[in-house]
Amino acid sequence: MTKSRTLLRIDPIGCRAHGLCAEGLPELIHLDEWGYPVLRGDEVPPSLVAEARRAAAACPTLAMRLRRDPAGQ
Amino acid sequence: MTTFTPMARALPARRLGLAGHEQAHGVLPLAAFDGREGRRRLIAEVTAAGLRGRGGGGFPTARKLAAVRGRRPIVVANGCEGDPLSSKDRTLLGLAPHLVLDGIQLAAHAVAATEAVLCLHEGSRARASVEGALAERRADPVPVRIVDVPPRYVASEESALVHYLTTGDARPTGKEPRPAERGVDRRPTLVDNVDTLAQLALIARQGAGTYRRTRMDLVTINGAVRQAGVLEVPPETTAAELIGYAGGPARPVQAVLMGGYGGTWLPWTAATAAGPAVGAAPGIASMHVLPASACGLAFTAKVLTHLADESARQCGPCMFGLPAIAADLTGLVAGDRHTLGRLERRLPLVTGRGACAHPDGAVRLAASALRVFGQDVTAHLRERRCTAHYGGSR
Repeated sequence: MTKSRTLLRIDPIGCRAHGLCAEGLPELIHLDEWGYPVLRGDEVPPSLVAEARRAAAACPTLAMRLRRDPAGQ
Repeated sequence: MTTFTPMARALPARRLGLAGHEQAHGVLPLAAFDGREGRRRLIAEVTAAGLRGRGGGGFPTARKLAAVRGRRPIVVANGCEGDPLSSKDRTLLGLAPHLVLDGIQLAAHAVAATEAVLCLHEGSRARASVEGALAERRADPVPVRIVDVPPRYVASEESALVHYLTTGDARPTGKEPRPAERGVDRRPTLVDNVDTLAQLALIARQGAGTYRRTRMDLVTINGAVRQAGVLEVPPETTAAELIGYAGGPARPVQAVLMGGYGGTWLPWTAATAAGPAVGAAPGIASMHVLPASACGLAFTAKVLTHLADESARQCGPCMFGLPAIAADLTGLVAGDRHTLGRLERRLPLVTGRGACAHPDGAVRLAASALRVFGQDVTAHLRERRCTAHYGGSR
């Protein structure tokens, strides 16, 4: 049995390089030279889910999204 | 070199009107796939034929057909062909418009659509041929409307077409939702390249077995060959054989670019040594032949500049990354030492970060150029010139 995973996605069209995601979740996101987020993998470990939620809520264009991926999918 | 005359299959020597088309291929076999059961059989036939999208994506066509479900589906035939190194689609529309229109009818039947749109770039030379063919057809159950699409490279990307037909904005919208679920005007939508649809028309007539055994692919070949153009060749044809069919090399060959502007360079030695089959190469079915006298890096720098200009400028990695990579390549050709390190850092960062595959293709091309023209990179940096006569090949 696998537990449900939390997946992290950036909407590339919505993103305007404010950079708050990398500030709020430096463990998973860093910025490229133009200020756009680069993800270190797309899965959020359970220990970082709360931070990831805060970072997503802080994005001014709501381009950072978290999705629950139910078990077995 | 082999002398090979491709069997007249999808492509006739001269444009076929409806009478000539029906003489060559028989009538549109809609009756053979009547009803819901027939629809299922048609999709099963496409599955068995192994047909994959001929617009560059290579996705299994039967799976796309089966995914279109729901109220009032619509079929979008993509005849835009934005890649400057490809002309097979407009050649097909010019010579065999009825085969494409048959494919549209069959696809519409397979997904139970009552409406179809054929997209052409504004000013397309294929338009007269298609209009003439549409005027000849009286028995088609599904009306087909021609729509002019702005002649931009990314405007014919699948989601961009759907977006344009819905809102008039021809920029990509991203991978989700899939057009099959929510496409034009939020209706379930099938988007297929016109060559794919022509193949569908052949499969419906020949059956999957014959099609598989005798399948031919339309391929554009240009650059340093004696007869550039569109050929219909077996999928196992190699790059070297393809050049033979195109009259042989016009000059000594250095490398070939497979897959168009978002494709991959292959050194000529690799292409000749039983090299990969043209039909197996990723990207659009196109081969550009670079002569030994041209600089592959300079050519690639020009292509990258073009692709950067053609960005829809929606996604940061594409909007800023492609011009930076194009400038790096141009600088590299001019002998700027700082460019190589930047390219090595920038190239791996862009792929997969746009809403469409436009930046991925550009980066694939640039990375393959650095690999294949490695000696030229050294020569440009050391001596500000390369082994080839400087200046590009076009």
